[in-house]
Amino acid sequence: MTSVQSAPAVPSSAPSERRPVLEVRNLVKHFPVRSRGLVRRKIGDVHAVCDVSFELYPGETLGLVGESGCGKTTTSRVVLNLQPATSGTVLFDGREITGLKQSEMRRLRREMQIVFQDPYASLDPRMPVNEIVAEPLRIHGRYEKNGRRKVAELLRTVGLNPEHGNRYAHEFSGGQRQRIGIARALALEPRVLILDEPVSALDVSIQAGVLNLLEELQDRLGLAYLFVAHDLSVVKHISDRIAVMYLGRIVETATRDELFASPAHPYTQALISAIPIPDPVKERARTRIVVTGDVPSPVDPPSGCRFRTRCPKFANQLSSAEQQRCIEEIPALVDRGQGHPAACHYAEVVNVL
Amino acid sequence: MTASTGVSTSRNNSDGRSNDDALLLVDNLSVGFPTEDGVVHAVRGVSYTLRPREVLGIVGESGSGKSVTSMAVMGLLPKSAQVSGSVRFRNDELLGLSESALAKFRGEHLAMIFQDPMSSLNPVYTVGWQIAEALRAHHDMSKDAAMTRAVELLTTVGIPRAKERANNYPHEFSGGMRQRAVIAIAMANDPDVIIADEPTTALDVTVQAQVLDTLTTARHETGAAMVLITHDLGVVAGQADRVLVMYAGKPVEIGSVDDIFYTPRMPYTLGLLGSLPRLDAGDAERLTPIVGSPPSLINLPPGCPFAPRCPIRQPICDVEEPELRPTTSATHVAACHFSEQLEGKSPADLFQTSVADDVLPEDAGESEQQDRVVRGEETAEQVPGGGQS
Repeated sequence: MTSVQSAPAVPSSAPSERRPVLEVRNLVKHFPVRSRGLVRRKIGDVHAVCDVSFELYPGETLGLVGESGCGKTTTSRVVLNLQPATSGTVLFDGREITGLKQSEMRRLRREMQIVFQDPYASLDPRMPVNEIVAEPLRIHGRYEKNGRRKVAELLRTVGLNPEHGNRYAHEFSGGQRQRIGIARALALEPRVLILDEPVSALDVSIQAGVLNLLEELQDRLGLAYLFVAHDLSVVKHISDRIAVMYLGRIVETATRDELFASPAHPYTQALISAIPIPDPVKERARTRIVVTGDVPSPVDPPSGCRFRTRCPKFANQLSSAEQQRCIEEIPALVDRGQGHPAACHYAEVVNVL
Repeated sequence: MTASTGVSTSRNNSDGRSNDDALLLVDNLSVGFPTEDGVVHAVRGVSYTLRPREVLGIVGESGSGKSVTSMAVMGLLPKSAQVSGSVRFRNDELLGLSESALAKFRGEHLAMIFQDPMSSLNPVYTVGWQIAEALRAHHDMSKDAAMTRAVELLTTVGIPRAKERANNYPHEFSGGMRQRAVIAIAMANDPDVIIADEPTTALDVTVQAQVLDTLTTARHETGAAMVLITHDLGVVAGQADRVLVMYAGKPVEIGSVDDIFYTPRMPYTLGLLGSLPRLDAGDAERLTPIVGSPPSLINLPPGCPFAPRCPIRQPICDVEEPELRPTTSATHVAACHFSEQLEGKSPADLFQTSVADDVLPEDAGESEQQDRVVRGEETAEQVPGGGQS
């Protein structure tokens, strides 16, 4: 096993100390939809994130999973205060950070860093890699003492050869570029990394190496990850706990093993059953829960339960009196006896694997 | 049975199967693209046979030549591409045909489904019109009859309220519906072969499941055989009868879907399987990535192109590129000098759960001497005295 050598010391609190490092409460993010023409009046809202709450504990990985347009990326941006929240609170270390000023936010960004999806777009093509990794250090005035050594150490930490630091990003493979992005995020010794689809642009054989690296870094540095992705197999592999999002809301949240052993929300069940398993015998023996249609527009989301328009349970199993409840009442994200919270009035465990 | 190198008169193709009842016969197909730096050998001798109603899965990573292979089969490559070898549909040679002669085969016998439905549909015509156009190109039928058939086809592929939807423009459809409309166009003329190039890659998983169902419907309705190109081994496991694994422009392993998934005989296949995070796996074990990256297809060094990343590399691998040879059975062939060593091996036995990735792509596969020369010049320009590897 190729072990990774000396790393920057990170003040990591023990995972046993169960105080969340990041707490998100009733987060809402709406984007205005404007009319055409000169005045561009506001004519509606894109309900990108609605009433999302979760905690992230030190040293753990929370997977935020959902299909495109479900609001998972917006959630991660709002948590970082890269986009202002419409309402709700984000607490970092018990301190409210929504509405902080730019300068105050900058200090906080040392603690919370992001790794972007596309390693081809997130690295400056005109900067040598050393400079890319050094940039956050310079911005925060930490480069002067031992800056060069620190950068070399960071490159080694992410499994790259520090001797390649003078090269430019285009000379690296996709997986290596993503490692550069991770090195840059680690430069300020953060406690929380927000990983926004960090491996979805990579080929599988390369993706595996980056996932291994992320696991190793977490073990060594005690980082907490908010891992945002659409690929449930990847999320299952890396996460301790998982929150499933659909159309701006969290529909189910559980520990990894529980979510896959006993999914209670019809959407989670459909999602798990839709993922192909690379095993011909198992794959051909499975029965799919097929969801009809496409995700509705977030400008005008369905009333009550947002999944009801595609829900196989709603369509096939519920009586019209029961359906009425789905239409009128927004299901709360609570435990209805399945062992973990699910936002479905008629939550019921179904084994789909 | 010895594997022939794909001479068109031979009775057996290099995938170990007889050519007698083949619907589509691709033989030693090679494609090169001239560039300023030299010729990119994107496809270097692909041979396969496709039987009626069979689904052949072609898997490989980006740049392995899987899409270029199918573009060459359809005759869709730009004029600058250097194509050689043979592509035969039943008994007709397709390579070298004129555009008008090819048009008879396209749609009627061979249909293609592309990855991005938005760029394969015309934004200024309604979806119904575009399906009718495909029908009228090959059949002498009235506009009304074609439109009626188009609505039928849209119903078959699962578009709700097809009659109204036929009058919509592509931008009014969602991604999954667009791809289903493209499938309807592909089905329109009852093709014998459908080539689907990453048909579900741009779609969400729940929609992917719907589109895969639609593809199955399309195959049953038309009785067509399918070439399914994808990087998703899960999709292949569920759909394909036979699988062709590509690496650096060449097939490195061909076999039945069970051969490939349960008894792989090429280290690359084994490595791919080991790097997949799986839903059905128990506790999170570390994955086993394949270190390094695929070689550049310009000036490919001699020997096995996978050798620089291979855990069982021997000196001979750097000298001689292995041919496809029969392994567990005559129809399961692999291009590896040491394929018998893989018997009973799991990915974890061969590959390491490594974390580092410290060889730059351009360095991999080049001889060390050449490497040093190139590096010296480059770094001298950028940072004097820095970055010698």
